[in-house]
Amino acid sequence: MRFQLTEDQKALRDGVRGLLAGRFGRAALRAAVEAPGLDRTLWRELGAAGFFALRLPEAEGGVGLGLPEAVLAFEEAGRFLLPGPLVATHLAAGEVAGAATGETVVTAVHGGLVEWLTQADVVRGDTAGAEPLRSVDPLTPLHRVPGTAEPAPLVMLLTAAEQLGTAARTCELAVQHARTREQFGQPIGAFQAVKHLCAEMLVRVETARVAVYAAAVTADPLDIAAARLLADEAAVRGTRDCLQVHGGMGFTWESDVHLYLKRAWVRTQRGESVTESEERLARELLSGTG
Amino acid sequence: MDLTRTPEEEEFRAGLRTWLAKALPSLPPKPSPDDWPARRAYDLGWQRMLYDAGYAGLHWPLDAGGRGATPTQHLIFLEETEKAGAPYVGANFVGLLHAGPTIAAEGTPEQRARWLPPVLRGEEVWCQGFSEPDAGSDLAALRTRAWRDGDDYVVSGSKIWTSHAEVADWCELLVRTDPAAPKHRGISWLALRMDAPGVTVRPLRTLAGSTEFAEVFLDDVRVPVAHRVGAENDGWRVTMVTLSFERGTAFVGEVVACRRVLGELAREAHRNGRWDDPVLRRHLGRLNAEFRALWRLTQWNVSEAQSTGGVPGVGGSVFKLRYSHARQELYDAAAEVLGPDAADLGREWTLDRLSSLSYTIAAGTSQIQRNIVAERILGLPKGR
Ligand SMILES: Cc1cc2nc3c(=O)[nH]c(=O)nc-3n(C[C@H](O)[C@H](O)[C@H](O)COP(=O)(O)OP(=O)(O)OC[C@H]3O[C@@H](n4cnc5c(N)ncnc54)[C@H](O)[C@@H]3O)c2cc1C
Repeated sequence: MRFQLTEDQKALRDGVRGLLAGRFGRAALRAAVEAPGLDRTLWRELGAAGFFALRLPEAEGGVGLGLPEAVLAFEEAGRFLLPGPLVATHLAAGEVAGAATGETVVTAVHGGLVEWLTQADVVRGDTAGAEPLRSVDPLTPLHRVPGTAEPAPLVMLLTAAEQLGTAARTCELAVQHARTREQFGQPIGAFQAVKHLCAEMLVRVETARVAVYAAAVTADPLDIAAARLLADEAAVRGTRDCLQVHGGMGFTWESDVHLYLKRAWVRTQRGESVTESEERLARELLSGTG
Repeated sequence: MDLTRTPEEEEFRAGLRTWLAKALPSLPPKPSPDDWPARRAYDLGWQRMLYDAGYAGLHWPLDAGGRGATPTQHLIFLEETEKAGAPYVGANFVGLLHAGPTIAAEGTPEQRARWLPPVLRGEEVWCQGFSEPDAGSDLAALRTRAWRDGDDYVVSGSKIWTSHAEVADWCELLVRTDPAAPKHRGISWLALRMDAPGVTVRPLRTLAGSTEFAEVFLDDVRVPVAHRVGAENDGWRVTMVTLSFERGTAFVGEVVACRRVLGELAREAHRNGRWDDPVLRRHLGRLNAEFRALWRLTQWNVSEAQSTGGVPGVGGSVFKLRYSHARQELYDAAAEVLGPDAADLGREWTLDRLSSLSYTIAAGTSQIQRNIVAERILGLPKGR
């Protein structure tokens, strides 16, 4: 057993981070907020970099890697708030023509919502009666659907990885701000009330991280349910605490904090509900295999 | 990332299971929780059985009397012994989990040879004399003094909340050897014999009614200079090593135990009808997620410690923070399951609920752990 990332995994993570920093840095993120829409060129670049074909066997033109690597890539996507139906397209690679290369944008019914319905080329799941919503997240157009799809564990795992990336990034943003913003003649990070908020953010991030990575290794539905609960917690509470550390500036549209928070909220709706995950984990205790 | 076990590790697990199935029925009956001398004898007896079977000090280095096993084997050991309902380290906690590892990491060859084998063989019990009445969180403010007199130090002062002091043979003792130096600089780490003339132990009653810790008064106690671990006045650095073991890896076995208790809670709730409450079910489900993650966190920390040469890093503070609160939540959930019986001190879970309250205080309070995480991991400035 060696829990840490391998050198190859670190290289993959750094590669994805480098690609996204170059192609979807802060300026691009803010530009996307002003002019929402799917960036097809970026989508093809992701395809060319193997983001969608990561787990497809090499014989089928894929990269031939596994879930742990996919989780690392999705963590980076969550860190940069990369918009688009990434999970649905990734899961369609090898099943829908063009998904693997990023030529085809695929979305799917996840829970009671469909993301990017009108912009996608292919939609998986029953979208009869879909009604547009005014999405809380300016970077994720949404439709509500009457029925719900059978929750897929992999949707929840990859979503949990995105939540982890968002949680880790918001912890960094809070710490950066706490180091530089001064009040009462010193950085606010010297005040214990602020310091302790940041420490708890990190504790939630690290707890979610081991849960998500372990679930990627085992692919066990119960590990995945646990990972989603902890990653949702790390992202939702982390973005809220990040806002608190930013004070009034955090409540403005100019600050990025709300973008992380809103995306984290939207992601909690993917897959089975939080209640269902908790009930599933409770039932397992009775079976005595825990 | 690799969570699989090698065939050798699986073989180790199978051998351990077989041994446990034979060994556990031969154990004497568990002593009463208040009878510390009996508990000491019981815990040492179990340690001796482990030693004779070759399971003592699994992950300790070979030249410290250990088996030099992989951390994974150690984790398997903790998992299997807990699942089989084997005794907990108990009175051996300090010796096995942090005084011993500190001596293994910082002691001279003579010190390792003198102190480590008796810990592994279940012959000697250690306690921890760090805290003082006016130096708890601010540990470096300690005032117990040690003067050099020939080949001895002469030690005077007092310690408090010293767990297992009544039944300990040795104490990892922090003393001030240079009162003129800045407070972190003038400290030394000594091994004190608890039966030395001038040592007085006065039991303190805990809120659970037991006497598991004590005040220790030191009145001109002579400690040979040869019993100092690390250089004179370099004790703070040695203390950091001790604390990193205490926070980093000492609680690993308990996480497995908490997972077992959680399963028992669910079954008890199912039996007494509380299971029909969806709020309670959801709470238990969330705790299941929590303790699964805590188990992964221990795997991660052990894996990290292995790659950095055996001494756990500040990541232990992350674990300790999360774990100590989760443990309290676990026993609060037990009270929800028990209903009126939660008021019954005769119930094991009620006693455990009381003792869980110490977890956010002992080994450094949660506030102190948050300072450590914020300053040493996140790099936030020191301040108010
Ligand atoms: C069951 C149990 C067993 C123990 N066993 C041992 C043992 O075997 N050996 C040993 O040496 N010690 C032992 N201790 C002592 C333990 O390490 C101390 O109690 C602990 O470090 C806290 O110190 P204190 O009690 O003096 O509290 P204080 O330091 O007085 O703290 C009181 C409160 O103030 C807060 N506080 C203090 N300083 C700060 C700060 N800088 N920032 C924010 N908040 C702060 C604390 O978090 C706490 O909430 C044990 C304690 C318990 C409860």
